[in-house]
Amino acid sequence: MRVIVDEEKCQGHNRCFAIAPELFDVDDYGTAIALNDGIVPAELEDKARLAAANCPEYAITIED
Amino acid sequence: MAGMYEKVLDWANDFDHADPEYNERAHEIWAEFQGSECPVAHSDRYDGLWAPFTYEMVHEIAYDTDHFTSQGVVVNTGRPMIEAPVGPAPPITSDPPFHNIARRLLLPPFSPKVIAEWEPEIRRLCNELLDRMGDITEGESIVDGAVEYAQSIPVNVIARMLGFPTEDEALFRDFVHNVLERINEPVEEREEFMQPLADYLDAQIQDHRDNPRDDLTNYLLNVEIAGNKLSDEHVRGSILLLLVAGIDTTWSAIGSSLWHLGTHPDDLQRLVDEPDVMMFALEEFLRAYAPVTMARLVKEDYDFHGCPMKANDWVLLPFPAANRDPKQFEDATKFVIDRQENRHGAFGLGIHRCLGSNLARLELKVAVEEFVRRFPSFTVDGDTRWSVGQIRGPRELPLRVLKTS
Repeated sequence: MRVIVDEEKCQGHNRCFAIAPELFDVDDYGTAIALNDGIVPAELEDKARLAAANCPEYAITIED
Repeated sequence: MAGMYEKVLDWANDFDHADPEYNERAHEIWAEFQGSECPVAHSDRYDGLWAPFTYEMVHEIAYDTDHFTSQGVVVNTGRPMIEAPVGPAPPITSDPPFHNIARRLLLPPFSPKVIAEWEPEIRRLCNELLDRMGDITEGESIVDGAVEYAQSIPVNVIARMLGFPTEDEALFRDFVHNVLERINEPVEEREEFMQPLADYLDAQIQDHRDNPRDDLTNYLLNVEIAGNKLSDEHVRGSILLLLVAGIDTTWSAIGSSLWHLGTHPDDLQRLVDEPDVMMFALEEFLRAYAPVTMARLVKEDYDFHGCPMKANDWVLLPFPAANRDPKQFEDATKFVIDRQENRHGAFGLGIHRCLGSNLARLELKVAVEEFVRRFPSFTVDGDTRWSVGQIRGPRELPLRVLKTS
């Protein structure tokens, strides 16, 4: 599984970083960055789905 | 109400959010609009005002900077004097492309990691306020969750960040009340009662020029755009924004959350038993009781889904109503303490996402955690008085303490 952040859509709500800091980081401007090229370890797949499902700007997509 | 308008009898055609009934009955009023054929209210008050109540429409306007300007974000009887793209309180009153330039200056001091460092200080402040309530007798004592607690938390934090004297707390609340609640008084009177705020900011800015220190005011005085310092107007406007936006809003979120817990003992018990549920509860407080409705001005005459909007009409962006739209959220009107999917727009949607959202969220979380830790059982006992205008939250909130820790 991979998570992809659309930087154009991200407005820095910081929801993904709060839910899954293992998968996302935020820069000084609050924009989210997917860590490790977005590759999601199997044990974090639920967290990745939760992060995507809570983005108010629909900026996170998941590739299975 | 000292306003110039009569009580509202027809919410669809003579809408006015400064009528105290609006915030008291907000959830009912929104549900009526969301279930009706025309989910948009209109009013000739304020020289033209529209209010759409569905998530879809609120989302559309929040993203549409072509037809709507942010030059004015608080509906009132006048119109902003400082024009787009800067507006009177940048970046909230700025439009693209200037908006992004002004916003990027302020994002770093409010980024999640910088804000996280405030947590111990906010916790200490909350406990100081709880201690100040004095001796509490279980089942008898009544504390005011708004007056004795919620209202003092954000004002103290933002005053410290700006480097303003925290002793002026009551004065700041008065300023904010003038800006956000006395919106329906005649323009000349508004100009008169807004003057002390402008004078206060000028005096603080001068003091920071004379005695520089490490705070947000001096940061704004030193920071540059393309090699140039900010104009005096820009500095004053940004400070005005931080002061006004950082006080009533978070105070309202904390108060509404305590109101919810004081009227829903099962949810309170769940938080006490499972403190980890806070991660979801926090977002559900924000969704179900979002305090902030923003506003825009219509740029040119525009037909919005059949609504003949005129240039310079106000348009409310009721994010709190959008958050309870059943077309967007499952069980939208129900508070689900561990809601898993929660794409709420409490901090706005699009380019104007609340700059202080990380701070607001931290203050709300810590304030509720510390209150519940001290008082694991309490109930609303007496009349809650709600604010008027675009920020919705309790201004008086009598809570009977049933148990102390």
